[in-house]
Amino acid sequence: MSKIPLVAANCRFESETTSVSSVVRTDITFVIDVQNITKRYGHHTAIDRVTFSVAKGEVLAFLGPNGAGKTTTMRILTCFMPATEGHARVAGFDCTDQPLDVKRQIGYLPETPPVYQELTVTEYLTFVGRLRGMTGQTLTAAFDRTIGRLELGAVRHRLIGNLSRGYRQRVGLAQALLHDPPVLILDEPTVGLDPKQIIEIRELIKSLAGSHSVILSTHILPEATAVCQRVVIINKGRIVAEDTPEQLSARLRHSEKVSITLKAVPSDCEMKLRAIPGILNVLPGQAGGSFLLECELGRDLRDEIARLVVSSHWGLLELRTISMTLEDVFLQLTRHEDHLAEPAEAMVSAPAEQTDA
Amino acid sequence: MSPVQAVIAKELRGYFVSPIVYVVGAVFLLIFGLLSYLYVGFAGAQAIQLMQMQGGVAQINLNDLVFRNLFASVRIVLLIILPILTMRLFAEERKLRTFEFLLTSPIRINDIIIGKFVSVLLIYLGLLGLTVLVPTVLMLFSDFDWNPIWTGYLGMALLGALFLSVGVCASALTENQIVAAFVSFGTLLSMWLIAGLGSLLGDTTAGRIISYVSYMEHYDRLVRGLIDTSDLVYFGSGLVLMLFLTHRIVESTRWK
Repeated sequence: MSKIPLVAANCRFESETTSVSSVVRTDITFVIDVQNITKRYGHHTAIDRVTFSVAKGEVLAFLGPNGAGKTTTMRILTCFMPATEGHARVAGFDCTDQPLDVKRQIGYLPETPPVYQELTVTEYLTFVGRLRGMTGQTLTAAFDRTIGRLELGAVRHRLIGNLSRGYRQRVGLAQALLHDPPVLILDEPTVGLDPKQIIEIRELIKSLAGSHSVILSTHILPEATAVCQRVVIINKGRIVAEDTPEQLSARLRHSEKVSITLKAVPSDCEMKLRAIPGILNVLPGQAGGSFLLECELGRDLRDEIARLVVSSHWGLLELRTISMTLEDVFLQLTRHEDHLAEPAEAMVSAPAEQTDA
Repeated sequence: MSPVQAVIAKELRGYFVSPIVYVVGAVFLLIFGLLSYLYVGFAGAQAIQLMQMQGGVAQINLNDLVFRNLFASVRIVLLIILPILTMRLFAEERKLRTFEFLLTSPIRINDIIIGKFVSVLLIYLGLLGLTVLVPTVLMLFSDFDWNPIWTGYLGMALLGALFLSVGVCASALTENQIVAAFVSFGTLLSMWLIAGLGSLLGDTTAGRIISYVSYMEHYDRLVRGLIDTSDLVYFGSGLVLMLFLTHRIVESTRWK
């Protein structure tokens, strides 16, 4: 097991350079440790020098557009395919040299739930348990726990082929959880589920945090914000950002934004707002009486703004700060990635040194 | 239950819930029964002819007239139906995306292949077991030597196992079951036809090698009641070679 202090470097978007807060992580045991893995298919490079790690009990989201390399990375971690270059270790085992040991530590849900339609849920999960060497009481206990956790009791004797897409997804998740592995790798786990089921699965993944290390890939950005402690954004095979959702939005924010809505809007209102020290720009909002104020980065001007509005008797109906959503971050990173000179070096939190745990 | 046994149980369940095993089994048993009836009919006609020519009761050899012909004809039936039994084994896993699940489970590729092969072999041996009814019924009406029949059954079991291993290998090549069936059918037919090429070339090195590669003469010797170690080695090594190739094909998908 290794401990790797990670240091995030700078990131650049177009001509602008944004300083990235350093993420120095010490005393954390990494269950998943990926070092510079590259995967080439002929002349096509699917992933290029990807480096990241996941601590024990951490939930990491893997974000990226289609074809970015998320599934390839997951397939390398689950030993389905080897990396062309680099090393990946799961729970201390090397993915190339000790694949069987790695596979025992992992619960993997691929993009399409890997279910056999001719088997019932019970038969399928029993088969999965036996493949993983579980027998007798251990298998029965694991089966009952998983069925309960995913609420599959009502359909346990039904053929999987007759189940709805949502139930099949849950059965797929059940096979990943059956042996209670320390590492879970979930490729788009909530695809095909209805909103209620999505919330349930998110709650389940959240409940796994702490005792399990989870990597999940997703297109649904609120999911990453809701479930994950850390986000890795991958685009065209390269990691373009890695941080907490909050830190990511803070990194890419060039100014603080405050939205206000006024009851009365006199003609000199905009001019007076601009006169507040630290206000960079005042933009009219969509609704009548609303304005979007851009303030200097790092300055909270809400107090000054409120004081001006109240003293001028404009009638303050609403005042709130606007934070950057993960959608904004994602789009900004993936849209402008083409213009980045050296994105891999520029953005990724790179391991500075490695020490033994 | 070991992981290999789990794979066998799952595959057997897969066969019995799909119509494939029932259809293939019914067709195989029907054709086996028809062929038996025809050869017994021919033998009966020959016996009547002999009785008319010689007078008195004619002694006919059922081993030669019925069973040797029957076992020789069964080759064609096996050639057609066994690729249908094996075509789904890996192709379906690829199609339904469960292949990735199997390869990311803590089980060796060898165990997956052996599990799948043994499951289809058990089904084939079960079908073959049902055909023992034919000599058993004939035993009630006639005397014949059981030893060449047992060697014939050994031949059918070994030939079937070789055919199944070719089918398993072909199934690993593609996700299309029809393609898998045609590849194995084509391979087995070619292995049959090269026997003719071998006899054309006669007693030359190339001729001997080609004749050895074809399963025809190895199977014929077993059907005639001869157990030759070289024939057992041929079937054993052919089977192992095909399963080894399957392993390489499955392994190679990880590198693509």
